[in-house]
Amino acid sequence: MEVIISTAELLTTDGIPLKQSLRKAERRNKLRAFLLVFPLLLFIFVTFVMPIGDMLLRSVDDSQINSVFPNTFEEYKKWDKGTDELPPEEVYKNLFFELANGDKRQIGKALTRMNYAKSGWKSLIKKTTREIKKIVKKGEEPKSYKETFIKINKFWADPTYWYSFNQMVNDQSSIYYWNALDRTFDEDGDVVLQDEKRRMYIKTWLRTFKVSIYVTIFCLILGFPVAHLLANLPLRYSNLLMIFVLLPFWTSLLVRTTAWIVMLQQNGVINGILVWLGIISDDGRIQMVYNEAGTLIAMTQILLPFMILPLYSVMRVIPKSHMRAAQNLGAKPATAFWRVYLPQTIPGISAGGLLVFVLAIGYFITPELVGGKDGKLIGSWIAYHLKTTLNWGLCAALGAILLGIMLIFYWLYNKIVGIDNIKLG
Amino acid sequence: MALPSYATPVQRTYYYFYLFFCTVVFFFLIAPLFAIIPISFSVSPFMVFTEGMLAWPPDPEAWSIRWYRNMIGDCSADVVSSTVPCSTKWMKGTVNSFYIGTIATVIATTLGTLAALGLSRPHMPYKGLIMAILISPMIVPLIITAAGMFFFYARINLVYTFTGVILAHVALATPFVVITVTATLVGFDMNMVKAAQSLGAKPMRTFFKVIMPLILPGIISGALFAFITSFDEVVIVMFMASIDQLTIPKQMWAGIRQEISPVILCMATCLVLLSIFLLTTVELLRRRSEKLRGIKAR
Repeated sequence: MEVIISTAELLTTDGIPLKQSLRKAERRNKLRAFLLVFPLLLFIFVTFVMPIGDMLLRSVDDSQINSVFPNTFEEYKKWDKGTDELPPEEVYKNLFFELANGDKRQIGKALTRMNYAKSGWKSLIKKTTREIKKIVKKGEEPKSYKETFIKINKFWADPTYWYSFNQMVNDQSSIYYWNALDRTFDEDGDVVLQDEKRRMYIKTWLRTFKVSIYVTIFCLILGFPVAHLLANLPLRYSNLLMIFVLLPFWTSLLVRTTAWIVMLQQNGVINGILVWLGIISDDGRIQMVYNEAGTLIAMTQILLPFMILPLYSVMRVIPKSHMRAAQNLGAKPATAFWRVYLPQTIPGISAGGLLVFVLAIGYFITPELVGGKDGKLIGSWIAYHLKTTLNWGLCAALGAILLGIMLIFYWLYNKIVGIDNIKLG
Repeated sequence: MALPSYATPVQRTYYYFYLFFCTVVFFFLIAPLFAIIPISFSVSPFMVFTEGMLAWPPDPEAWSIRWYRNMIGDCSADVVSSTVPCSTKWMKGTVNSFYIGTIATVIATTLGTLAALGLSRPHMPYKGLIMAILISPMIVPLIITAAGMFFFYARINLVYTFTGVILAHVALATPFVVITVTATLVGFDMNMVKAAQSLGAKPMRTFFKVIMPLILPGIISGALFAFITSFDEVVIVMFMASIDQLTIPKQMWAGIRQEISPVILCMATCLVLLSIFLLTTVELLRRRSEKLRGIKAR
């Protein structure tokens, strides 16, 4: 018997090939799903992604000063530092006119930028501009612009000032990144260490890592037994005890930080109890807050729930029979724990550990309030430059480096746990 | 979890040590929150347990609600103290916090729920990437977000405005809504949608009559998360809000920095009570949601 297989395409009732029709429906479904997500995606893009991108651009942006001194910089680039000690006459001439005719506010902004490169620029330019304006007013044209400048101030004959232009003559500059790592450019444009007294960022970066690692370890030590207890108790008890973990999680960060100040300060609760118990004398009260210890204690308590919750969710599903089986086969409890139980909790440990670590390196509020002088983390510098010094380039560069570090760790987190597996409470 | 009857003395010691250790950690987690409550009722302007408060029998002179009266803007002679200024700032902050929080919550919940519905569809393209972008405001450290937003919003004149603060808070709050609602939609029986549509319901009607009642607990939980995110947020308001947009956290921050006073503890006590209330609500909603979706109560 012969079976005839039709080679003709399957058609829908409308006469369109089925394959095509299905593909069309699939496309429509995709579009519908996307349209639901689109408003939020657009919103997040405009209100969040673009600001972050803007910050990244700002961290390398050096265009403002280039718009103030375009001709000077153009001529400056032609200066051969090997043969001439000072820049050519043309540089002085262009600077003369750009200072005389430039917008005062823009020049002011540029001066701030110049001072980052070499301190002293601000007063030098201000003084010079005043003199230049006088000359222009008189209407006389100087014979040699170079001589005029040097007559106004002898610093104009000092090549180190001119060398510092090197790092400003391009629209983009990596100077802020180097600054954020305690480095700067020397006269030849090579990267060198900052002056001793201006080196503070590497120290803070290292402290940020140190504090984060300590907090992660403390959280693990404190969180592991608690998660184990919660995972192994009958539900009606563990749900009750879970409140102890979730309530701090839901309480305002500032409230928890305030609470720690009240607890730890010199006439605070803990010192009071210790004095009352006679462990320490009244004038021997321990300084526990406004230093690194305060930061460590407060951050450990604040981040502990982020360690306990992932550990709990992993431990919850480890069958209790495993430990019994191991012991049944002759393992001592310690061996059974070490060889059978602990390896199964590794996903929880890594998830909780990464989460706590990543949150800790970006922390700002708690270290700022309880850290005092030697407990502040890198976030405090970002805030300081954003609000106080207005050195936004450096602020953005510090932020960008921090963001880069975070992304590496989140990439790891995503590999191990999966970002969309984040659960709340 | 109880100790088996054949446990050796060493095991017993370990076990009791383990229980003791866990108790200490629970105490460590919760004690600071509750230590501030009695101090907020102290009559003294210093944030300490005074001798009168610890005396037995209790000394009514040592306790008072004067700092609470100060907090609500009552500046009578028996309330003010030389070290504690009295102003209506706390009340103004409360009004602003609720105003910003409510608007931010409504926008965040709407956008977040729509997105979660889209993300839960099987046809969603680039799901991982989009999810990562949507979650990112929760992941990026607040100080970086604040810096970026401050630069960007300054360009478009949104710094020091309510609009700017609200937009920023919506961005921060949506990830919580997306996560909570997506979690509720896991295990959602899509056949119910098909059933509704085959019976002739339009998409809108399907959503409001079928989907929404089932995922409502998740939406409300998400909204509460969004609200508390905005309500407790301090870093953004520190940079992006002027005195006009003073919120509770901003005022607390200023208080802790400058004029550390028991009034802060009164507000902190109120916030602890608020978080207890929200936690209870979310927990009840979670149970209800599991019941609705037919997941057996654990």
